[in-house]
Amino acid sequence: MRYYQSEAVETKDIKEGKIPTEKFRPKAKFAWSAGIAISRFLEELKNGKIIATTCSKCGRIMVPPRIYCEKCFKPADGWKYVKDTGVINTFSVSFLAADASRLKEPIVVAIINLDGASEGMGIVHRIEEYGDWREVKIGMKVKAVWKPPEERTGAITDIAYFKPIRE
Amino acid sequence: MTEVAIVGVGCVGFRQITPELSYKELMYEAAVKAYEDAGGINPRKDVDVFVTCAEDYLEGFSIFDEFVPDQLGAALRHLFTVSGDGMLGLATAYMLIKTGQFDTVVVEAHSKASDILTYMDIVAFGLDPIFNRPLGGHPYYVAGMEMNRYMHDTCTTMEQCASVVVKNKKNAILNPYAAYGAGVTIDQVLCSETCFYPLKKLEISNPADGCVVMVLASENVAEKLTDKPVWVKGVGWCTETPSLETMDWTKAVYTRLAAEMAYKTAKISNPLKEIDFAEIHDLFAYKELQHMEALKLCDYGEAGKLTEQGLTALDGEFPVNPSGGLLGMGYGLEASGMQKLLEVVLQLRGEAGKRQIQDAEVGLAHTWRGIPTTTGVVAVLSNKK
Repeated sequence: MRYYQSEAVETKDIKEGKIPTEKFRPKAKFAWSAGIAISRFLEELKNGKIIATTCSKCGRIMVPPRIYCEKCFKPADGWKYVKDTGVINTFSVSFLAADASRLKEPIVVAIINLDGASEGMGIVHRIEEYGDWREVKIGMKVKAVWKPPEERTGAITDIAYFKPIRE
Repeated sequence: MTEVAIVGVGCVGFRQITPELSYKELMYEAAVKAYEDAGGINPRKDVDVFVTCAEDYLEGFSIFDEFVPDQLGAALRHLFTVSGDGMLGLATAYMLIKTGQFDTVVVEAHSKASDILTYMDIVAFGLDPIFNRPLGGHPYYVAGMEMNRYMHDTCTTMEQCASVVVKNKKNAILNPYAAYGAGVTIDQVLCSETCFYPLKKLEISNPADGCVVMVLASENVAEKLTDKPVWVKGVGWCTETPSLETMDWTKAVYTRLAAEMAYKTAKISNPLKEIDFAEIHDLFAYKELQHMEALKLCDYGEAGKLTEQGLTALDGEFPVNPSGGLLGMGYGLEASGMQKLLEVVLQLRGEAGKRQIQDAEVGLAHTWRGIPTTTGVVAVLSNKK
Protein backbone atom coordinates (compact mmCIF):
# COMPACT_ATOMS: atom_id res chain seq x y z
CA MET A 1 0.00 0.00 0.00
CA ARG A 2 3.02 2.29 -0.16
CA TYR A 3 1.57 4.38 -2.98
CA TYR A 4 -1.23 5.62 -0.81
CA GLN A 5 1.17 7.31 1.59
CA SER A 6 1.86 10.46 -0.41
CA GLU A 7 5.17 9.24 -1.78
CA ALA A 8 6.52 10.80 -4.94
CA VAL A 9 5.41 8.88 -8.04
CA GLU A 10 7.80 8.82 -10.97
CA THR A 11 7.11 8.19 -14.67
CA LYS A 12 8.85 4.81 -14.45
CA ASP A 13 6.46 3.69 -11.70
CA ILE A 14 3.56 4.25 -14.08
CA LYS A 15 5.36 2.56 -17.00
CA GLU A 16 6.22 -0.44 -14.83
CA GLY A 17 2.55 -0.83 -13.90
CA LYS A 18 3.02 -0.05 -10.22
CA ILE A 19 0.12 2.41 -10.32
CA PRO A 20 -3.10 0.47 -10.86
CA THR A 21 -5.22 1.73 -13.77
CA GLU A 22 -7.97 0.24 -15.91
CA LYS A 23 -7.99 1.07 -19.59
CA PHE A 24 -11.06 1.17 -21.84
CA ARG A 25 -11.72 2.58 -25.27
CA PRO A 26 -15.44 3.25 -25.85
CA LYS A 27 -17.02 2.40 -29.17
CA ALA A 28 -19.00 5.59 -29.67
CA LYS A 29 -20.20 6.14 -33.22
CA PHE A 30 -22.81 8.64 -34.35
CA ALA A 31 -24.28 9.74 -37.69
CA TRP A 32 -26.17 13.00 -37.21
CA SER A 33 -29.05 13.61 -39.60
CA ALA A 34 -28.24 16.95 -41.22
CA GLY A 35 -31.90 17.85 -41.58
CA ILE A 36 -33.74 20.18 -43.93
CA ALA A 37 -31.57 23.30 -43.73
CA ILE A 38 -28.10 21.81 -43.50
CA SER A 39 -28.76 19.14 -46.15
CA ARG A 40 -29.52 21.87 -48.72
CA PHE A 41 -26.46 23.87 -47.56
CA LEU A 42 -24.17 20.88 -48.08
CA GLU A 43 -25.72 20.05 -51.47
CA GLU A 44 -25.12 23.63 -52.59
CA LEU A 45 -21.50 23.51 -51.48
CA LYS A 46 -21.13 20.64 -53.92
CA ASN A 47 -22.38 23.06 -56.63
CA GLY A 48 -19.86 25.67 -55.55
CA LYS A 49 -22.48 27.88 -53.91
CA ILE A 50 -23.25 29.07 -50.40
CA ILE A 51 -26.94 29.24 -49.48
CA ALA A 52 -28.74 31.02 -46.65
CA THR A 53 -32.31 31.02 -45.33
CA THR A 54 -34.24 34.24 -44.87
CA CYS A 55 -36.68 35.61 -42.30
CA SER A 56 -39.36 37.92 -43.69
CA LYS A 57 -40.04 39.44 -40.26
CA CYS A 58 -36.61 40.71 -39.26
CA GLY A 59 -35.25 40.59 -42.81
CA ARG A 60 -32.13 38.65 -41.89
CA ILE A 61 -30.26 36.47 -44.36
CA MET A 62 -28.98 33.62 -42.20
CA VAL A 63 -25.82 31.54 -42.75
CA PRO A 64 -25.39 28.76 -41.76
CA PRO A 65 -29.03 28.25 -42.79
CA ARG A 66 -31.67 27.12 -40.30
CA ILE A 67 -35.40 26.43 -40.69
CA TYR A 68 -36.32 28.92 -37.95
CA CYS A 69 -35.30 32.45 -37.08
CA GLU A 70 -34.01 32.26 -33.53
CA LYS A 71 -34.59 35.99 -32.97
CA CYS A 72 -38.24 36.09 -34.07
CA PHE A 73 -38.99 32.41 -33.30
CA LYS A 74 -40.82 31.88 -36.55
CA PRO A 75 -40.12 29.60 -39.52
CA ALA A 76 -37.54 30.83 -42.01
CA ASP A 77 -39.41 31.49 -45.24
CA GLY A 78 -36.99 31.58 -48.11
CA TRP A 79 -33.64 30.54 -49.56
CA LYS A 80 -31.04 32.97 -50.86
CA TYR A 81 -27.53 32.50 -52.24
CA VAL A 82 -24.82 34.62 -50.67
CA LYS A 83 -21.40 35.40 -52.13
CA ASP A 84 -18.27 33.37 -51.54
CA THR A 85 -16.42 36.53 -50.58
CA GLY A 86 -16.41 38.22 -47.21
CA VAL A 87 -14.56 40.04 -44.48
CA ILE A 88 -12.54 38.60 -41.60
CA ASN A 89 -14.47 39.26 -38.36
CA THR A 90 -11.74 37.76 -36.16
CA PHE A 91 -8.99 35.18 -36.50
CA SER A 92 -6.26 33.36 -34.65
CA VAL A 93 -2.99 31.80 -35.70
CA SER A 94 -2.63 28.30 -34.30
CA PHE A 95 0.98 27.24 -33.86
CA LEU A 96 0.07 23.94 -32.21
CA ALA A 97 -1.54 20.76 -33.55
CA ALA A 98 -4.37 19.05 -31.65
CA ASP A 99 -1.81 16.97 -29.72
CA ALA A 100 -0.03 20.21 -28.70
CA SER A 101 3.03 19.50 -30.87
CA ARG A 102 4.57 22.50 -32.67
CA LEU A 103 3.43 22.90 -36.31
CA LYS A 104 5.99 23.71 -39.01
CA GLU A 105 3.51 26.04 -40.67
CA PRO A 106 0.85 27.68 -38.46
CA ILE A 107 -2.86 27.39 -39.30
CA VAL A 108 -4.96 30.55 -39.58
CA VAL A 109 -8.62 30.05 -38.61
CA ALA A 110 -11.06 32.89 -39.14
CA ILE A 111 -14.70 33.90 -38.69
CA ILE A 112 -15.70 35.27 -42.10
CA ASN A 113 -18.73 37.54 -42.47
CA LEU A 114 -19.98 36.64 -45.94
CA ASP A 115 -21.03 39.27 -48.46
CA GLY A 116 -24.78 39.15 -48.92
CA ALA A 117 -25.47 37.61 -45.49
CA SER A 118 -26.77 39.66 -42.57
CA GLU A 119 -24.28 41.40 -40.36
CA GLY A 120 -22.31 39.04 -38.16
CA MET A 121 -23.23 35.89 -40.10
CA GLY A 122 -21.07 33.71 -42.29
CA ILE A 123 -18.67 30.83 -42.04
CA VAL A 124 -15.71 29.55 -40.04
CA HIS A 125 -12.83 28.53 -42.28
CA ARG A 126 -9.08 28.44 -42.76
CA ILE A 127 -7.16 31.26 -44.43
CA GLU A 128 -4.26 30.39 -46.74
CA GLU A 129 -2.10 32.16 -49.36
CA TYR A 130 -1.58 35.01 -46.91
CA GLY A 131 2.20 35.19 -47.19
CA ASP A 132 3.39 36.06 -43.68
CA TRP A 133 0.73 35.44 -40.99
CA ARG A 134 1.50 38.90 -39.65
CA GLU A 135 -0.19 40.23 -42.80
CA VAL A 136 -3.59 38.75 -41.82
CA LYS A 137 -5.82 41.49 -40.40
CA ILE A 138 -9.32 41.88 -38.98
CA GLY A 139 -11.44 43.53 -41.69
CA MET A 140 -9.40 41.95 -44.51
CA LYS A 141 -11.40 40.94 -47.62
CA VAL A 142 -11.21 37.22 -48.50
CA LYS A 143 -12.56 34.87 -51.17
CA ALA A 144 -13.29 31.13 -51.14
CA VAL A 145 -10.95 28.77 -53.00
CA TRP A 146 -13.11 25.78 -54.02
CA LYS A 147 -11.94 22.23 -54.52
CA PRO A 148 -12.40 20.99 -58.11
CA PRO A 149 -16.05 19.84 -58.60
CA GLU A 150 -15.06 16.15 -58.85
CA GLU A 151 -13.43 16.28 -55.41
CA ARG A 152 -16.41 17.85 -53.63
CA THR A 153 -18.41 15.62 -51.29
CA GLY A 154 -21.02 17.94 -49.81
CA ALA A 155 -18.94 19.01 -46.83
CA ILE A 156 -17.60 22.24 -45.37
CA THR A 157 -14.21 21.17 -46.77
CA ASP A 158 -15.58 21.50 -50.34
CA ILE A 159 -14.20 24.99 -49.84
CA ALA A 160 -10.48 24.28 -49.56
CA TYR A 161 -9.82 27.59 -47.78
CA PHE A 162 -10.31 31.34 -48.10
CA LYS A 163 -7.55 33.60 -49.45
CA PRO A 164 -7.06 37.34 -49.12
CA ILE A 165 -8.28 39.47 -52.03
CA ARG A 166 -5.38 41.74 -52.84
CA GLU A 167 -6.43 44.98 -54.46
CA MET B 1 -47.31 29.06 -2.09
CA THR B 2 -48.49 28.89 -5.71
CA GLU B 3 -49.80 25.73 -7.33
CA VAL B 4 -47.99 24.55 -10.50
CA ALA B 5 -49.71 23.45 -13.71
CA ILE B 6 -48.76 22.05 -17.09
CA VAL B 7 -50.41 24.45 -19.55
CA GLY B 8 -48.98 23.36 -22.89
CA VAL B 9 -47.61 20.21 -24.51
CA GLY B 10 -46.04 19.57 -27.89
CA CYS B 11 -44.81 16.27 -29.28
CA VAL B 12 -43.10 15.15 -32.46
CA GLY B 13 -42.70 11.43 -33.03
CA PHE B 14 -42.32 8.89 -31.78
CA ARG B 15 -40.97 7.06 -34.81
CA GLN B 16 -38.38 4.38 -35.53
CA ILE B 17 -36.24 6.79 -37.53
CA THR B 18 -36.37 10.48 -38.48
CA PRO B 19 -33.61 10.85 -41.08
CA GLU B 20 -35.23 13.91 -42.68
CA LEU B 21 -34.91 16.07 -39.58
CA SER B 22 -31.94 17.17 -37.52
CA TYR B 23 -32.32 17.05 -33.74
CA LYS B 24 -32.63 20.85 -33.81
CA GLU B 25 -35.50 20.70 -36.30
CA LEU B 26 -37.21 17.99 -34.25
CA MET B 27 -37.00 20.19 -31.15
CA TYR B 28 -38.24 23.28 -33.03
CA GLU B 29 -41.36 21.49 -34.22
CA ALA B 30 -42.23 20.20 -30.74
CA ALA B 31 -41.57 23.64 -29.22
CA VAL B 32 -43.83 25.44 -31.71
CA LYS B 33 -46.65 23.00 -30.89
CA ALA B 34 -46.19 23.41 -27.13
CA TYR B 35 -46.23 27.23 -27.25
CA GLU B 36 -49.31 27.21 -29.46
CA ASP B 37 -50.97 24.74 -27.07
CA ALA B 38 -50.16 27.07 -24.16
CA GLY B 39 -52.40 29.79 -25.55
CA GLY B 40 -49.94 30.97 -28.16
CA ILE B 41 -47.22 32.29 -25.87
CA ASN B 42 -44.13 33.93 -27.37
CA PRO B 43 -41.03 32.23 -25.94
CA ARG B 44 -38.92 35.30 -26.73
CA LYS B 45 -40.63 37.20 -23.91
CA ASP B 46 -43.24 35.10 -22.11
CA VAL B 47 -40.98 32.34 -20.71
CA ASP B 48 -38.85 32.94 -17.61
CA VAL B 49 -36.66 29.81 -17.66
CA PHE B 50 -35.96 26.98 -20.12
CA VAL B 51 -34.87 23.55 -18.81
CA THR B 52 -33.58 20.99 -21.30
CA CYS B 53 -32.79 17.39 -20.39
CA ALA B 54 -30.04 15.55 -22.25
CA GLU B 55 -27.11 13.22 -21.68
CA ASP B 56 -24.02 14.17 -23.71
CA TYR B 57 -23.11 10.60 -24.54
CA LEU B 58 -26.51 9.96 -26.13
CA GLU B 59 -26.08 13.06 -28.30
CA GLY B 60 -22.49 12.57 -29.39
CA PHE B 61 -21.60 16.11 -28.29
CA SER B 62 -19.62 17.40 -25.38
CA ILE B 63 -21.59 19.94 -23.35
CA PHE B 64 -24.74 19.44 -25.44
CA ASP B 65 -26.40 22.26 -23.43
CA GLU B 66 -24.80 24.80 -25.73
CA PHE B 67 -26.58 23.45 -28.80
CA VAL B 68 -30.17 23.87 -27.61
CA PRO B 69 -31.25 27.53 -27.14
CA ASP B 70 -31.99 28.67 -30.73
CA GLN B 71 -34.58 26.07 -31.64
CA LEU B 72 -36.55 26.61 -28.38
CA GLY B 73 -36.73 30.39 -28.69
CA ALA B 74 -34.25 30.56 -25.81
CA ALA B 75 -31.32 32.38 -27.43
CA LEU B 76 -29.99 35.03 -25.02
CA ARG B 77 -32.61 33.88 -22.50
CA HIS B 78 -32.35 31.97 -19.21
CA LEU B 79 -31.62 28.32 -19.94
CA PHE B 80 -29.80 25.37 -18.42
CA THR B 81 -29.60 21.62 -18.95
CA VAL B 82 -30.36 18.81 -16.53
CA SER B 83 -28.32 15.77 -17.43
CA GLY B 84 -31.09 13.22 -16.97
CA ASP B 85 -34.64 12.15 -17.76
CA GLY B 86 -37.22 14.78 -18.74
CA MET B 87 -39.13 14.19 -15.50
CA LEU B 88 -36.12 15.47 -13.55
CA GLY B 89 -36.67 18.58 -15.67
CA LEU B 90 -40.31 18.61 -14.54
CA ALA B 91 -39.16 18.38 -10.90
CA THR B 92 -36.78 21.30 -11.50
CA ALA B 93 -39.48 23.43 -13.16
CA TYR B 94 -41.88 22.63 -10.32
CA MET B 95 -39.36 23.83 -7.75
CA LEU B 96 -38.50 26.98 -9.71
CA ILE B 97 -42.17 28.01 -9.90
CA LYS B 98 -42.77 27.11 -6.23
CA THR B 99 -40.10 29.63 -5.22
CA GLY B 100 -42.39 32.40 -6.46
CA GLN B 101 -39.54 33.91 -8.49
CA PHE B 102 -40.59 32.42 -11.85
CA ASP B 103 -44.02 32.16 -13.45
CA THR B 104 -43.42 30.29 -16.69
CA VAL B 105 -40.91 27.48 -17.23
CA VAL B 106 -40.39 25.34 -20.34
CA VAL B 107 -39.10 21.74 -20.14
CA GLU B 108 -37.69 19.88 -23.15
CA ALA B 109 -36.42 16.34 -23.69
CA HIS B 110 -35.85 14.40 -26.88
CA SER B 111 -34.43 11.24 -28.40
CA LYS B 112 -32.48 11.01 -31.64
CA ALA B 113 -31.70 7.36 -30.98
CA SER B 114 -31.43 6.64 -34.70
CA ASP B 115 -28.36 8.92 -34.86
CA ILE B 116 -26.49 6.64 -32.45
CA LEU B 117 -24.78 3.89 -34.44
CA THR B 118 -23.39 2.02 -31.44
CA TYR B 119 -26.23 2.43 -28.94
CA MET B 120 -25.46 -0.68 -26.90
CA ASP B 121 -21.80 0.30 -26.58
CA ILE B 122 -22.96 3.62 -25.19
CA VAL B 123 -25.18 1.80 -22.67
CA ALA B 124 -22.27 -0.49 -21.75
CA PHE B 125 -20.19 2.61 -21.09
CA GLY B 126 -22.48 3.23 -18.12
CA LEU B 127 -21.28 0.06 -16.39
CA ASP B 128 -18.57 0.24 -13.73
CA PRO B 129 -15.23 0.30 -15.59
CA ILE B 130 -13.30 -1.78 -13.03
CA PHE B 131 -15.73 -4.46 -11.90
CA ASN B 132 -18.30 -4.94 -14.67
CA ARG B 133 -17.27 -3.62 -18.07
CA PRO B 134 -14.27 -5.93 -18.54
CA LEU B 135 -16.61 -8.95 -18.39
CA GLY B 136 -18.00 -8.02 -21.80
CA GLY B 137 -21.39 -9.01 -23.20
CA HIS B 138 -24.45 -6.98 -24.03
CA PRO B 139 -25.34 -4.67 -21.11
CA TYR B 140 -28.99 -5.80 -21.11
CA TYR B 141 -27.87 -8.97 -19.30
CA VAL B 142 -28.38 -6.76 -16.24
CA ALA B 143 -32.11 -6.76 -17.01
CA GLY B 144 -32.05 -10.55 -17.45
CA MET B 145 -30.54 -10.92 -13.98
CA GLU B 146 -33.12 -8.62 -12.43
CA MET B 147 -36.05 -10.33 -14.15
CA ASN B 148 -34.75 -13.73 -13.02
CA ARG B 149 -34.52 -12.73 -9.36
CA TYR B 150 -37.82 -10.83 -9.47
CA MET B 151 -39.65 -13.87 -10.86
CA HIS B 152 -37.91 -16.17 -8.40
CA ASP B 153 -38.90 -14.08 -5.38
CA THR B 154 -42.47 -13.26 -6.44
CA CYS B 155 -43.46 -16.41 -8.35
CA THR B 156 -44.44 -14.14 -11.25
CA THR B 157 -44.76 -16.28 -14.38
CA MET B 158 -43.41 -15.87 -17.90
CA GLU B 159 -47.01 -15.65 -19.14
CA GLN B 160 -47.74 -12.79 -16.76
CA CYS B 161 -44.73 -10.84 -18.01
CA ALA B 162 -45.75 -11.53 -21.59
CA SER B 163 -49.27 -10.24 -20.91
CA VAL B 164 -47.76 -6.77 -20.34
CA VAL B 165 -46.42 -6.80 -23.91
CA VAL B 166 -49.76 -7.89 -25.36
CA LYS B 167 -51.62 -5.12 -23.49
CA ASN B 168 -49.18 -2.29 -24.22
CA LYS B 169 -48.68 -2.99 -27.91
CA LYS B 170 -52.47 -3.21 -28.28
CA ASN B 171 -52.98 0.18 -26.57
CA ALA B 172 -50.31 1.67 -28.84
CA ILE B 173 -52.38 0.92 -31.94
CA LEU B 174 -54.77 3.63 -30.71
CA ASN B 175 -51.99 6.18 -30.12
CA PRO B 176 -50.80 8.31 -33.06
CA TYR B 177 -47.60 9.12 -31.10
CA ALA B 178 -46.67 5.41 -30.87
CA ALA B 179 -44.18 3.70 -33.18
CA TYR B 180 -44.59 0.04 -32.23
CA GLY B 181 -48.29 -0.74 -31.91
CA ALA B 182 -49.15 -4.35 -32.79
CA GLY B 183 -51.54 -7.16 -32.10
CA VAL B 184 -49.43 -9.91 -30.53
CA THR B 185 -50.39 -12.93 -28.46
CA ILE B 186 -48.83 -14.31 -25.29
CA ASP B 187 -47.60 -17.29 -27.32
CA GLN B 188 -45.88 -15.02 -29.84
CA VAL B 189 -44.10 -13.20 -27.02
CA LEU B 190 -43.02 -16.45 -25.36
CA CYS B 191 -41.89 -17.92 -28.67
CA SER B 192 -39.76 -14.89 -29.52
CA GLU B 193 -36.01 -15.29 -29.16
CA THR B 194 -34.58 -15.51 -25.65
CA CYS B 195 -32.14 -12.60 -25.57
CA PHE B 196 -31.05 -12.39 -21.93
CA TYR B 197 -32.51 -15.34 -20.09
CA PRO B 198 -35.32 -15.16 -19.05
CA LEU B 199 -35.97 -11.96 -21.04
CA LYS B 200 -37.56 -12.45 -24.49
CA LYS B 201 -37.02 -10.28 -27.53
CA LEU B 202 -40.60 -8.97 -27.64
CA GLU B 203 -40.37 -7.98 -23.97
CA ILE B 204 -37.71 -5.36 -24.75
CA SER B 205 -38.70 -1.84 -25.88
CA ASN B 206 -37.09 -0.63 -29.09
CA PRO B 207 -35.61 2.86 -29.26
CA ALA B 208 -37.53 5.60 -31.06
CA ASP B 209 -36.96 9.21 -32.11
CA GLY B 210 -39.10 12.04 -30.85
CA CYS B 211 -39.27 15.20 -28.80
CA VAL B 212 -41.63 16.50 -26.13
CA VAL B 213 -41.78 20.11 -24.94
CA MET B 214 -43.98 21.26 -22.05
CA VAL B 215 -44.88 24.65 -20.64
CA LEU B 216 -45.43 24.92 -16.88
CA ALA B 217 -46.88 27.93 -15.13
CA SER B 218 -47.82 29.31 -11.74
CA GLU B 219 -51.48 29.40 -10.71
CA ASN B 220 -52.21 32.96 -11.85
CA VAL B 221 -50.54 32.62 -15.22
CA ALA B 222 -51.91 29.10 -15.84
CA GLU B 223 -55.51 30.16 -15.50
CA LYS B 224 -54.98 32.99 -17.99
CA LEU B 225 -53.30 30.76 -20.59
CA THR B 226 -55.60 27.75 -20.64
CA ASP B 227 -58.96 26.46 -19.47
CA LYS B 228 -57.49 22.96 -19.14
CA PRO B 229 -54.55 23.24 -16.75
CA VAL B 230 -53.14 19.96 -15.44
CA TRP B 231 -51.92 20.48 -11.89
CA VAL B 232 -48.72 18.93 -10.58
CA LYS B 233 -49.81 17.68 -7.15
CA GLY B 234 -46.53 16.09 -6.15
CA VAL B 235 -43.11 15.07 -7.48
CA GLY B 236 -40.51 12.71 -6.05
CA TRP B 237 -37.21 11.25 -7.16
CA CYS B 238 -34.60 8.84 -5.83
CA THR B 239 -31.40 7.03 -6.77
CA GLU B 240 -30.29 3.76 -5.18
CA THR B 241 -26.69 2.53 -5.14
CA PRO B 242 -24.99 2.37 -8.53
CA SER B 243 -23.29 -0.90 -7.56
CA LEU B 244 -24.67 -4.07 -9.18
CA GLU B 245 -22.96 -6.04 -6.44
CA THR B 246 -25.08 -4.54 -3.67
CA MET B 247 -28.29 -3.16 -5.20
CA ASP B 248 -31.72 -4.62 -4.47
CA TRP B 249 -32.64 -6.98 -7.34
CA THR B 250 -36.36 -7.43 -6.81
CA LYS B 251 -38.11 -4.41 -5.36
CA ALA B 252 -37.10 -1.29 -7.37
CA VAL B 253 -36.50 0.53 -4.08
CA TYR B 254 -35.66 3.77 -5.93
CA THR B 255 -39.22 3.86 -7.27
CA ARG B 256 -40.76 3.11 -3.88
CA LEU B 257 -38.91 6.03 -2.26
CA ALA B 258 -39.61 8.40 -5.15
CA ALA B 259 -43.31 7.47 -4.93
CA GLU B 260 -43.43 8.03 -1.18
CA MET B 261 -41.95 11.50 -1.72
CA ALA B 262 -44.52 12.36 -4.40
CA TYR B 263 -47.47 10.86 -2.48
CA LYS B 264 -46.57 12.85 0.64
CA THR B 265 -46.74 16.17 -1.24
CA ALA B 266 -49.86 15.11 -3.14
CA LYS B 267 -51.48 13.82 0.11
CA ILE B 268 -52.10 10.39 -1.38
CA SER B 269 -52.51 7.59 1.15
CA ASN B 270 -54.16 4.87 -0.96
CA PRO B 271 -52.75 5.21 -4.48
CA LEU B 272 -54.94 2.55 -6.11
CA LYS B 273 -58.12 4.25 -4.84
CA GLU B 274 -57.08 7.89 -5.15
CA ILE B 275 -55.38 7.67 -8.57
CA ASP B 276 -57.30 6.69 -11.71
CA PHE B 277 -54.54 5.40 -14.01
CA ALA B 278 -50.75 5.31 -14.38
CA GLU B 279 -48.03 5.61 -16.98
CA ILE B 280 -45.21 3.37 -15.74
CA HIS B 281 -41.70 2.83 -17.13
CA ASP B 282 -41.75 -0.44 -19.08
CA LEU B 283 -38.42 -0.56 -20.90
CA PHE B 284 -38.74 -4.30 -20.22
CA ALA B 285 -42.10 -6.00 -19.66
CA TYR B 286 -41.29 -7.23 -16.12
CA LYS B 287 -40.36 -3.66 -15.12
CA GLU B 288 -44.00 -2.57 -15.42
CA LEU B 289 -44.97 -5.24 -12.89
CA GLN B 290 -42.07 -4.55 -10.54
CA HIS B 291 -42.68 -0.79 -10.72
CA MET B 292 -46.44 -1.22 -10.09
CA GLU B 293 -45.59 -2.91 -6.81
CA ALA B 294 -42.97 -0.30 -5.92
CA LEU B 295 -45.55 2.41 -6.59
CA LYS B 296 -47.82 0.75 -3.99
CA LEU B 297 -50.53 0.13 -6.59
CA CYS B 298 -50.68 -3.48 -5.38
CA ASP B 299 -48.94 -5.82 -2.98
CA TYR B 300 -45.47 -7.17 -3.67
CA GLY B 301 -45.71 -10.08 -6.09
CA GLU B 302 -49.33 -9.39 -7.07
CA ALA B 303 -48.83 -7.27 -10.21
CA GLY B 304 -48.43 -10.18 -12.61
CA LYS B 305 -51.63 -11.87 -11.50
CA LEU B 306 -53.63 -8.64 -11.59
CA THR B 307 -52.33 -7.81 -15.07
CA GLU B 308 -53.28 -11.27 -16.30
CA GLN B 309 -56.77 -10.73 -14.85
CA GLY B 310 -57.15 -7.47 -16.78
CA LEU B 311 -56.97 -4.91 -13.95
CA THR B 312 -54.52 -2.74 -15.92
CA ALA B 313 -56.13 -3.07 -19.36
CA LEU B 314 -57.48 0.05 -21.07
CA ASP B 315 -60.99 -0.95 -20.01
CA GLY B 316 -59.85 -2.34 -16.66
CA GLU B 317 -60.33 -0.83 -13.21
CA PHE B 318 -56.90 0.75 -13.16
CA PRO B 319 -55.40 1.23 -16.66
CA VAL B 320 -51.61 1.12 -16.82
CA ASN B 321 -49.82 2.56 -19.84
CA PRO B 322 -52.86 3.55 -21.89
CA SER B 323 -50.35 5.21 -24.26
CA GLY B 324 -48.92 1.81 -25.10
CA GLY B 325 -45.96 2.41 -22.82
CA LEU B 326 -42.43 2.27 -24.11
CA LEU B 327 -43.08 -1.22 -25.46
CA GLY B 328 -45.69 0.34 -27.73
CA MET B 329 -44.53 3.94 -28.20
CA GLY B 330 -40.83 3.17 -28.45
CA TYR B 331 -38.13 4.01 -25.92
CA GLY B 332 -37.43 7.75 -26.07
CA LEU B 333 -34.22 7.60 -23.99
CA GLU B 334 -34.13 10.74 -21.78
CA ALA B 335 -37.56 11.73 -23.16
CA SER B 336 -39.23 8.60 -21.74
CA GLY B 337 -40.49 10.46 -18.66
CA MET B 338 -41.94 13.10 -20.98
CA GLN B 339 -43.73 10.40 -22.97
CA LYS B 340 -45.34 9.32 -19.71
CA LEU B 341 -46.28 12.87 -18.71
CA LEU B 342 -47.67 13.60 -22.17
CA GLU B 343 -50.15 10.73 -21.93
CA VAL B 344 -51.21 11.72 -18.41
CA VAL B 345 -51.82 15.31 -19.57
CA LEU B 346 -53.83 14.20 -22.64
CA GLN B 347 -55.93 11.79 -20.56
CA LEU B 348 -56.64 14.40 -17.86
CA ARG B 349 -57.69 16.93 -20.51
CA GLY B 350 -59.97 14.37 -22.17
CA GLU B 351 -57.92 14.54 -25.38
CA ALA B 352 -56.71 10.95 -25.60
CA GLY B 353 -59.01 10.00 -28.49
CA LYS B 354 -59.94 6.35 -28.78
CA ARG B 355 -57.91 5.43 -25.72
CA GLN B 356 -59.61 7.99 -23.48
CA ILE B 357 -60.22 6.76 -19.93
CA GLN B 358 -63.66 7.96 -18.80
CA ASP B 359 -63.79 10.47 -15.94
CA ALA B 360 -60.05 10.39 -15.30
CA GLU B 361 -59.18 13.00 -12.66
CA VAL B 362 -55.86 11.93 -11.16
CA GLY B 363 -52.99 10.30 -13.05
CA LEU B 364 -49.52 9.08 -12.18
CA ALA B 365 -46.38 9.35 -14.32
CA HIS B 366 -43.28 7.31 -13.51
CA THR B 367 -39.90 7.03 -15.15
CA TRP B 368 -36.62 5.19 -14.73
CA ARG B 369 -33.28 5.98 -16.37
CA GLY B 370 -32.84 2.49 -17.79
CA ILE B 371 -29.92 0.08 -17.65
CA PRO B 372 -27.72 0.22 -15.63
CA THR B 373 -29.26 2.91 -13.40
CA THR B 374 -31.35 2.90 -10.26
CA THR B 375 -32.89 6.37 -10.68
CA GLY B 376 -36.65 6.86 -10.70
CA VAL B 377 -39.00 9.85 -10.77
CA VAL B 378 -42.72 9.91 -9.90
CA ALA B 379 -45.30 12.66 -10.43
CA VAL B 380 -48.97 12.84 -9.46
CA LEU B 381 -51.11 15.08 -11.66
CA SER B 382 -54.75 16.14 -11.57
CA ASN B 383 -57.21 18.19 -13.59
CA LYS B 384 -58.68 19.46 -10.30
CA LYS B 385 -56.81 22.11 -8.34
